[in-house]
Amino acid sequence: MRIPLSWLSDYLELSDPVEELAGRLTRAGLEVAAIEEIGADWQGISVGQIVKIEKHPQADRLLVAQVDCGSGQLKLSVTGAPNIKMGQAGQKVAVAWPGARLCSGHAEGSPTFTVKPARLRGVASEVVLCSEKELGLSEDHSGILLLDPEAPVGTPLSELLGDTVLELELTPNLSRCLSLIGVAREVAALQGTRLEVSEPSYRAEGEPIAGRVGVQIAAEELCARYSALLIENIQDGPSPAWMQRRLRLAGMRPISAIVDITNYVMLEWGQPLHAFDYDRLRERAGGKAPKITVRRARSAESITTLDGVRRDLDQEMLIIADERGPIAIAGVMGGQETEVSEQTRTVLLESANFNNINNRRTVARLKLPSEAALRFTRGIPAELTERAARRAAELMSHYAQGRVSNGMVDVYPHRQPRRQIELAPRQVERLLGLSLDAERIGEVLGALDFDCEPQGESLRVTVPWHRLDVEIPADLIEEIARMIGYQHLPASLISEPPPSWRPEGALDLELEEQVRDILVSCGLTEVINYSLSNPEVEARLYPEGQAPDEGQYIRLANPLSSERGFLRRNLLAQLLQTVAANRRHRSRVLLFEIGRVYLPDQQDPDSLPAEPRRLALALSGARRAPSWNQKSEELDFFDLKGIITELLSRLGLEDTSFVPLSAWPFHPRRGAELRSGQQPVGRLGELHPEVAQRFGLKERTLLGELDLEALLAQSRRQPRGYRPSPRFPAIEQDLAIVLPEKIPAAQVSELIRQAGGPLLAEVHLFDVYQGEQVPEGQRSLAYSLRYRAPDRTLTDAEVQKIHARIGQALTRELGAVVRGSEEVAS
Amino acid sequence: MKQDSSELQAQVEALRTDARRELPQLKGLEACEGFRVRYLGRKGMITRLFELMKSLPPEARPAAGKLLNRAKRELEQALGERQQQIRLSSQAQQLEAEALDVTLPGRPVALGHLHLMSQTLREIYRIFARLGFQMERTREVESDEYNFQLLNIPPGHPARDMWSTFYTTRPGLLLRTHTSPGQIRVMRRYAPQPVRAILPGKCYRYEQVDATHEMQFYQVEGLAVGREITMAHLKGVLIEFVRQLFGQERRVELRASYFPFTEPSLEVAMDCIACGGRGCRICSGTGWLEILGSGMVHPVVLQNGGYDPDLFSGFAFGIGPERVAMLKYHIEDIRLFYSNDLRFTEQFG
Ligand SMILES: [Zn+2]
Repeated sequence: MRIPLSWLSDYLELSDPVEELAGRLTRAGLEVAAIEEIGADWQGISVGQIVKIEKHPQADRLLVAQVDCGSGQLKLSVTGAPNIKMGQAGQKVAVAWPGARLCSGHAEGSPTFTVKPARLRGVASEVVLCSEKELGLSEDHSGILLLDPEAPVGTPLSELLGDTVLELELTPNLSRCLSLIGVAREVAALQGTRLEVSEPSYRAEGEPIAGRVGVQIAAEELCARYSALLIENIQDGPSPAWMQRRLRLAGMRPISAIVDITNYVMLEWGQPLHAFDYDRLRERAGGKAPKITVRRARSAESITTLDGVRRDLDQEMLIIADERGPIAIAGVMGGQETEVSEQTRTVLLESANFNNINNRRTVARLKLPSEAALRFTRGIPAELTERAARRAAELMSHYAQGRVSNGMVDVYPHRQPRRQIELAPRQVERLLGLSLDAERIGEVLGALDFDCEPQGESLRVTVPWHRLDVEIPADLIEEIARMIGYQHLPASLISEPPPSWRPEGALDLELEEQVRDILVSCGLTEVINYSLSNPEVEARLYPEGQAPDEGQYIRLANPLSSERGFLRRNLLAQLLQTVAANRRHRSRVLLFEIGRVYLPDQQDPDSLPAEPRRLALALSGARRAPSWNQKSEELDFFDLKGIITELLSRLGLEDTSFVPLSAWPFHPRRGAELRSGQQPVGRLGELHPEVAQRFGLKERTLLGELDLEALLAQSRRQPRGYRPSPRFPAIEQDLAIVLPEKIPAAQVSELIRQAGGPLLAEVHLFDVYQGEQVPEGQRSLAYSLRYRAPDRTLTDAEVQKIHARIGQALTRELGAVVRGSEEVAS
Repeated sequence: MKQDSSELQAQVEALRTDARRELPQLKGLEACEGFRVRYLGRKGMITRLFELMKSLPPEARPAAGKLLNRAKRELEQALGERQQQIRLSSQAQQLEAEALDVTLPGRPVALGHLHLMSQTLREIYRIFARLGFQMERTREVESDEYNFQLLNIPPGHPARDMWSTFYTTRPGLLLRTHTSPGQIRVMRRYAPQPVRAILPGKCYRYEQVDATHEMQFYQVEGLAVGREITMAHLKGVLIEFVRQLFGQERRVELRASYFPFTEPSLEVAMDCIACGGRGCRICSGTGWLEILGSGMVHPVVLQNGGYDPDLFSGFAFGIGPERVAMLKYHIEDIRLFYSNDLRFTEQFG
């Protein structure tokens, strides 16, 4: 809402400098988003009067105007403005002298230029006659600005048209401030001054309205009131210059007196009005008195609105109809057929109150937002219709020669209730922490037109008719706080002790953050992708035809784009896209993401979906950061497994295993399922080359996705007790075996442990070899085994016995050949 | 043959002179060893002189012995010094040969980086933990009931215009537009116990993405419900938060505002951290930056959460961590958060 201060001053005296006023309004909830100083940069621009207009001798489209600028000497200006004509004279115009700065009339974004004397096709042009756009008043460059004929020649333009406009950004509750008077009420209360709004005065000397129009409200629940006035003898033309100026400052385009007056009253009071051409209505009624009904549209009804578009109506839409059908969509847009025009002589002025929720729905369905609809959707007091209609009648009688009919049609089935609220000072204190007595409360609320009557300890507060937003004591308390100023309320930390500590939530938070820290220290960088994705991208992770179908996704009804029309079911697809995007400028990319996936319940599709947290990891590129002193190999499966193993160990998951997995999106022979006990808790592996290609990844990429909920739930909740360092020395012996390559290493080490028994303290695989001296299809595994007893030093004989037993077991169970072993004591 | 003690003396003197001349010529530890064998060895010159001493008259022997012992000690000491000299100089040579160009870059330690959002959220969690607020997780796909209706925003309410909503094709389900539905969930989880919690998480809005708008963003909701919670506490907690996060010197301004689920509602602004309140591009010339919305929990919402509004009161607030981070790190484009360009991400955490 744009508030020109010169207009606001009609209703009260502004006591503060504009910055202070803006600060005050902002603190009171009427946010001043900008203060626009109109004319502050109009140096060297003043009022001139055209004395003579001649044709340019060299150019058909140009005119040469002689302008009296009050300097005693006429100035020449060459112009192409289509709104002045050869032979005319007397127009008052805005004249820019050399040195003045103007906005470019043709260019976008209004760059400025400095006026210089020029010759245009041989004729001197000493001054510029300005358009609205050149002055920065609007985007209109269709002609020069014609000023009020009364404007004195030579006056600086800033004195005539300069102003300060406050640009208010209003929250939806502030519908009352979508009007100058509404804002003036707030300013008056904040300043502690009085509001001066005069009653409309005009003589209703036309024939009585009675019998000349019938109004019936058929949908009372959607129309609380319908007031109408008849104004005859109208001479529509341009509205007065001051009104046009105010409309422009407020951001509306002047059109004609009738339309401008309805808009002016809407801006002034907040009540949208609609003007029907009464004679057209009469024609439609066959020359009889039109009968107007406010009702819901019937099925298959339609209307051509005044923008020339035919619109189909549905049965929820409220319309204004006569006996022949719709003549307006209530509070949204009028019909073309009954629209006012230059020929209009008699206006039927509608000032009505329509249900805001229904109006909001219709506006949304028809996509027809407007200044009027904005006000209707936010809610308007029914009390307002009559005042606004009378004000418009006043203006039409003064500025369009209108003769107002005697009387008013006013159908008002649902009187706006007079709302009363009990308010006790202790309620105020309980919410604000500030003690105020009843008298002070009455004073504060009184400034906002609330009527406060003492009732014992409390007050009975009557809400003024123009405050639809105040319903309960808390609303009144907010008014008190706003008026006192939040900066003047006390502040303190909470005195009540905090609620008892909830260790589960705290632990969960701590663990999730710990996962991040562990992965960052393993060299991975955290990313956060969009939760919105699409099944097509995710389908790249699956073999043809095996991806989840769209029905397994939560799908948006109103997506912004097709790429982001669904909630993701995994983190991997977007993570791979992130890898690919970053590989373009990075030789190594190590990423992780912690985030939710969204899994609808297939049994009960309309219930809320599960939103489990997942952890995804992706590695690609060189193992080490590039440096002059280290060579680096490509990251491989075991880098990823190493990181995950470290993570599991830090989280204290004890019983985990990696089981070979042959499934997309992994390489069929380089994938693993992570299990905790018997429960699968994640998958990892090298990316299948087919999938890699689909994501545009040329290099080997490792990928994993873990069920974070399960990992955190199974993470060690209690700190593990301290284990003392061993007191007796260990004996270390190496064990090298050759066995079929198909036998998994995990099986071998498991068997070693079993056969070794409790005295085998550690099993460490230090070499895996295939090649020379190892038969085809076999491989050599070399372990270093450490034996130790907790209570004594083991003897060589004891160790040899166990070591031999292990060798035998490997030979017997797995067909391993034990190679010569070497003993090392430590 | 009887030896004369003066002759012995002369011999010792000569030996000393020779040794003094020879010692500085010794190169390397091997030469030193040769010297030691010749002079001090079992068959060396000193030993021979001791043998000569035996031929002296007994009364002259003690003096001669003293003389010889002193000479021996002297030689030993001088040799030791020479050996040390040689060791040091050869070590110095070796160290010189091992010279490094210490201006070459160090071997990189490739730690990863925490996302700026995680870093910012941690900072927020820490501050509120000190103020007694615990973290609660709440869901992202919500029902219209929780996202709007229970928050005092019935269907068709004009306030619905405040949130551009992503609806799903499943009736009644939408992506939460704010973390506020979490208020209801947390209240219902704990009523009638008092609550002091923060609820972080992703939210979504149907908005064209540009430098200042994202369809996905984070919010941190705060909620305190108790028997004696007043606006004074809201002010106290939020001023404390702003100052812990942006500096103790921050000026804080509270402005009336509107949210359907709080009454009274207010917005918290602080003096611009870029210009200190003089007005600049970042604060659009106003000198103030709005950083969070808040208010006293609306009685209807308290009731929906399971609390009797005559006995309980509460406050709630919502923080936009992207905005917090953008202000702290002078980031001017919100799209950088979720584009995951490592050239951005790796500048943080
Ligand atoms: Zn600033």
